[in-house]
Amino acid sequence: MANRPQDTAGHNSPGLTLHVPEPHYRPGDAVDFSHLTVSEPGAQPRPDEACPAAETHPLATDLIRVLGDDNQAHGPWNPRLDAETLRTMLRHMALTRAFDERMFRGQRQGKTSFYMKCTGEEATSISAAMALAADDMVFPSYRQQGILIVRGYPLVEMINQIYSNKGDKLKGRQLPIMYSSREHSFFTISGNLATQTPQAVGWAMASAIKGDTRIAATWVGEGSTAEGDFHAACTFAAVYNAPVILNVVNNQWAISSFSGFAGGERATFAQRGAGYGLASLRVDGNDALAVYAAERWAANRARANGGPTLIEHFSYRAEGHSTSDDPSGYRSAQEREEWPLGDPIMRLKNHLIALGEWDEGRQEELDRACAEEVKAATKEAEKNGILGHGMHHPFRTMFEDVFEELPWHLKEQAAQANKERRIKWPEREGEQ
Amino acid sequence: MTTATASASATAATASERRINMIEAINEALDIMMDRDPDIIIMGEDVGYFGGVFRATAGLQEKYGKTRVFDTPISECGIIAAAVGMGAYGLRPVPEIQFADYIYPGLDQLISEAARLRYRSAGEYIAPMTVRSPFGGGIFGGQTHSQSPESLFTHVAGLKTVIPSTPHDAKGLLIAAIEDNDPVIFFEPKRIYNGPFSGYYDQPVQPWKAHTDSVVPEGYYRIPLGKARIVREGEALTVLAYGTMVHVTEAVCREKGVDAEIIDLRTLVPLDIEAIETSVKKTGRCLVVHEATRTSGFGAELSALVTERCFYHLEAPVERATGFDTPYPHSLEWAYFPGPVRIGEAIDKVLAE
Repeated sequence: MANRPQDTAGHNSPGLTLHVPEPHYRPGDAVDFSHLTVSEPGAQPRPDEACPAAETHPLATDLIRVLGDDNQAHGPWNPRLDAETLRTMLRHMALTRAFDERMFRGQRQGKTSFYMKCTGEEATSISAAMALAADDMVFPSYRQQGILIVRGYPLVEMINQIYSNKGDKLKGRQLPIMYSSREHSFFTISGNLATQTPQAVGWAMASAIKGDTRIAATWVGEGSTAEGDFHAACTFAAVYNAPVILNVVNNQWAISSFSGFAGGERATFAQRGAGYGLASLRVDGNDALAVYAAERWAANRARANGGPTLIEHFSYRAEGHSTSDDPSGYRSAQEREEWPLGDPIMRLKNHLIALGEWDEGRQEELDRACAEEVKAATKEAEKNGILGHGMHHPFRTMFEDVFEELPWHLKEQAAQANKERRIKWPEREGEQ
Repeated sequence: MTTATASASATAATASERRINMIEAINEALDIMMDRDPDIIIMGEDVGYFGGVFRATAGLQEKYGKTRVFDTPISECGIIAAAVGMGAYGLRPVPEIQFADYIYPGLDQLISEAARLRYRSAGEYIAPMTVRSPFGGGIFGGQTHSQSPESLFTHVAGLKTVIPSTPHDAKGLLIAAIEDNDPVIFFEPKRIYNGPFSGYYDQPVQPWKAHTDSVVPEGYYRIPLGKARIVREGEALTVLAYGTMVHVTEAVCREKGVDAEIIDLRTLVPLDIEAIETSVKKTGRCLVVHEATRTSGFGAELSALVTERCFYHLEAPVERATGFDTPYPHSLEWAYFPGPVRIGEAIDKVLAE
């Protein structure tokens, strides 16, 4: 017990209690999301992109929405995209979902060790990426595979990486889904959470230092906003007026912990941006049009030297955290069904149908085509091998790229590994 | 003395030789590199307008402008992370961490990010950054202005660790570090910023101007990373040291009249194993000296390497003279610091067998 003066007031006060947040629903619970405030689509004002950051702060507690229950687009945030762009957006989302389905199955079939889906969150990466220029630099977390799909990164390359086979451009060094593609301005994904957020700010600062016109965007889950790096990112972004977009994907869950453990009970995640003096928007993350409009607003602002924006994408992680996770152990299965903001693909599809630019038949055809495309890419990638079947990169590559050149101690260790290979796998003599 | 293995001879410098201290040498290296390469950026706490709490960046903001030399928020994590992002863009950042004792909030960014960027992206992204940070004790800095955390970094695959011990080396090594395409931790022994410290704390400190190692050529020159310097050739034993301890060891050997071969490692990773092996095989005896705490310090790695590679040439066990396994104390600084008595006893022990 801490020492305290004997005669202070409070002697008869009740003992203090620790508040440990608890989610609304656990496994088996009936779900009722009526406590969530879901704003009316089209009712949110759209400030000028050049406005002072503070003018956006009412939007940090609101929810920017465009698509209504009538499947029509409403209000000043309607990005007024043409039907062809909407269909492209829908196609990217459908392809991403088909890819996730097949890769998840691939992990269950033992073709790789690990996979993570982004089901239900497709809009937060795809619509956002479509609102950026192709050479704007993105610093994603591990759940934005949709960005690579938007930017035309070949599915075969994604699968090669997931299978860690001899075609893997990352030479089998990285855990599946930790992609990297400089050519597509896609930063190398790290397992360490939130580290990419201040790095994105640094990249944006560099772009500003050089008088470039490119901006940076980063994505982080709401759980990872609790990391110190996120605070550094917000501070540096504000201090240097960095041309960066900080996307927070609030999918309600960080593995088994609900958003309350990241501080979500008392404030929205967009509100954190307001505290740093960042322009801050909170959007319906399952509304592809709202996500596009917010990201485009922030991109235009950053490109015009208006500075950084924090966007909270309010969404729901429809599936488990990863192939190593079973969400039925900590949340009610009913949550997904009852989620008031629906499914981003369904909502966009219904919008296109309402516009007379799509129908169920074409959707079926699209889904079939996506499944075929993924299947074909999988077959192609499997020619390069699957995890653990021996078709990996040569042994010596394990030692390359630690440094630009191999120092003596790595040369010695490479020789050791090669010697071990001859003892452990004599049948593979001739490999390096 | 522009060669990598130039020894600190006692010859007097001629009138034309320019002598500067280590701070001036570091400032000059930064100035030269900023002038040569527009992609070099300096940032850190107080490094901009003020020129750094040790004056290492004095005058650079005025000369190169606020977008190339600037102050940062007090966030080591943010400083290192921003440098990683700038490196990914294509810049060559030289961030400063005010004291090595304060580098820890930036460790995740250094260990998980900067060190692994090249590896995990198969060379797509690199972190060509040099993290400068004053380190080491002997200045009554207490627990958080005296530490020597080099072994935290030598243990990390993908980082290079460099520690100069003279103005001449500080300039040449810093230039090489900045040009290096791998992340380099550049620890500056602040005890010897202004003069080589002998370890005899009750004696007046000799300024760099009175030492030949402060003869620093003007303009650009580089000292390759991974090359040690033979400070003094000798036959009786090999002493492996770096930073301030190079000068303490030199003074002790002079005092005791020991014919030691003193090697200033200069770069800990990659290590100049050839210089070490050659020397120990010649002398048959080896002492490792560092200020850092003993257990799992870099001395343990050196001792293991010497034992593995020179075992049949050794005439005595490899000894270590190091800091004690305690936090760095304030009032008992000279009881803690591995000074002449501790080093002298270690030398006696190595020579006795």
